[in-house]
Amino acid sequence: MALILQRLVAPARRGALKHSTYECGEEVEGSAWTQFNIRFYVIALVFLIFDVEVVILFPWAVVFKDIGLVAFVEMLIFLCVLTIGLVAVWRRRDLDWVKMVLPYARGRYARLTRDPD
Amino acid sequence: MDTFDLLATIIKVVIVFVTILVTIIILGLAERRVSGFMQYRLGPNRVGPWGLLQTVADGIKFLFKEDIIPDNVNRPIYLLAPVITMIPAFMTFAVIPFGVPLEIAGHTVKLQVADINIGLLYILALTSVGVYGLVLAGWSAGSKYPLLGGLRSSAQLISYELAMGLAIVGVIMVSGGLTFNEIITHQQATSWNFWKQPLAALVFLVAMFAETNRLPFDLTEAEQELVGGYHTEYSSFKFLMFYMSEYANVITASGFMVCLFFGGWDMPFIDEKALGHWGVVLSVLAFVSKVGFFLFLYIWVRWTFPRFRYDQLMRLGWKVLLPLGLVNIFAVGLWMALRA
Amino acid sequence: MTTILFYLFSALLLGAALFVVLNRNPIYSVVGLVFAFMNLAAMYFLLEAYFIGVLQVLVYAGAIMVLFLFVVMLLNVQPDRPHPGLIHPDRWWFGIMALIFVSLFLLLIGQGVRALLTSPAEDAAGMGSVADVGEALFTSFLLPFEIASLLLTVALIGTVFLAKKKV
Repeated sequence: MALILQRLVAPARRGALKHSTYECGEEVEGSAWTQFNIRFYVIALVFLIFDVEVVILFPWAVVFKDIGLVAFVEMLIFLCVLTIGLVAVWRRRDLDWVKMVLPYARGRYARLTRDPD
Repeated sequence: MDTFDLLATIIKVVIVFVTILVTIIILGLAERRVSGFMQYRLGPNRVGPWGLLQTVADGIKFLFKEDIIPDNVNRPIYLLAPVITMIPAFMTFAVIPFGVPLEIAGHTVKLQVADINIGLLYILALTSVGVYGLVLAGWSAGSKYPLLGGLRSSAQLISYELAMGLAIVGVIMVSGGLTFNEIITHQQATSWNFWKQPLAALVFLVAMFAETNRLPFDLTEAEQELVGGYHTEYSSFKFLMFYMSEYANVITASGFMVCLFFGGWDMPFIDEKALGHWGVVLSVLAFVSKVGFFLFLYIWVRWTFPRFRYDQLMRLGWKVLLPLGLVNIFAVGLWMALRA
Repeated sequence: MTTILFYLFSALLLGAALFVVLNRNPIYSVVGLVFAFMNLAAMYFLLEAYFIGVLQVLVYAGAIMVLFLFVVMLLNVQPDRPHPGLIHPDRWWFGIMALIFVSLFLLLIGQGVRALLTSPAEDAAGMGSVADVGEALFTSFLLPFEIASLLLTVALIGTVFLAKKKV
């Protein structure tokens, strides 16, 4: 009930803030929306899977005390399977942001020839 | 729900809301004064005693500034984004308890706006929705810098949300409940979770800084490269809304941290519940001072660590914090299973 | 109070859902869908199924829709132009799809009506709580749970591989 009340309070706040703005225009140079790098999408994809995993961990954590060792082993199997996924993504370097690999890198760039991990 | 409870809830909502606003004002000043102190300069000290009214003056100034909406924006989304950012920022604090229950005339008043039975998940859920404010603000501005800032911030937020969730799982495992009261009572009965799970506390602390977009993780608004990040094209009151949301998030995150790992309103070696009204006062003071410490820590860290590079940020989130969180869960689980 | 809120959230939910379908700008649709999910979560809260409500926000609104938003922004789809003509001899499969959809829809409505006619199931106090879910997941539904982990892993690897092939 208190939460609902909170919900009811929120719109008033919104209203008050909105009314205090006043409209005026000025031309600002801008540019169009462009396509962006797919790695953001991949990150969101990986996040989605692991978010589901974390969400499943919550009920497990709550009942963990009652069930004990059995629950621990069960979750261990679950996490191991998902860790395979993480390792696979890791190995594919989808978690890396710097993808550039220099063929003849030297000096401070030498590490770009290697796998950063 | 009877009239008394309803009244108490309304009063609590008002008190918490006003307190957050006041804390934002103080924090805005403290940030500049402490920064000044750390850099051997004074910081704003002219408006009001010790410059206390500086933030108020700034706020009023924001109100009277021209509200510029660039022509190139996607208007509905542009107008919506600050609101989307602000609502979760102010709603999250509702589930954080700030003191032991107060006894008035036979009624028990919980010092907490809403005690729902999944308080922790409520905060996580609202945090995850907070992403939209940033990414939509960045997208709708129709300009390159905000777009980049918004994208970066959304990828950052979702990455660190995982680490945050994993750190919280460890805490839930030992306390066996998802409400803040269970967690705090458990810590009061044994010891603070920080002593039991320093690793989880560390992961949570780092994730907390990243989730609130504060230095050293403020890549969303890295001014040297992105001008102002997602809010570059915002001005006047809409900018103020982002600004206030950021501080509100900082306050809530500090409260969250205190409740999870530092015993919430628990004062060590003292049984607050046995002390009556004074115990309530004491517990609120304990909570406020702990939160105050973390607010200070935010400013302290700001001037201690340089900003991460984006690839370093992603590496830290996915390759360090995520495995560390899993290791923590494994360690806690093993320890609990073997001990039981 | 609960009834009023139920109708309020239902109305908002339906409105948001219609907005998602009817408007032509994909970004607006995503925002509308997020709003619809929030209302759905609010309805779960009214039913005191807090855990499911929070999952709705956390997973659907917080994770899946972020992905949707990224896809829409990534592809940078311009608002759709009206189709030249929906009914066309080459589009015969549209008709089949519509038929399937309508029959599914009718089936669902039939189920709903039947559920309304029978007496509602008794739910225990605190049903749908996190502890209940956990208890069920780790005792009765253990095998599906472990298989779910396999499914998630396969989904993860598969989607990431597919996503990367295109570049």
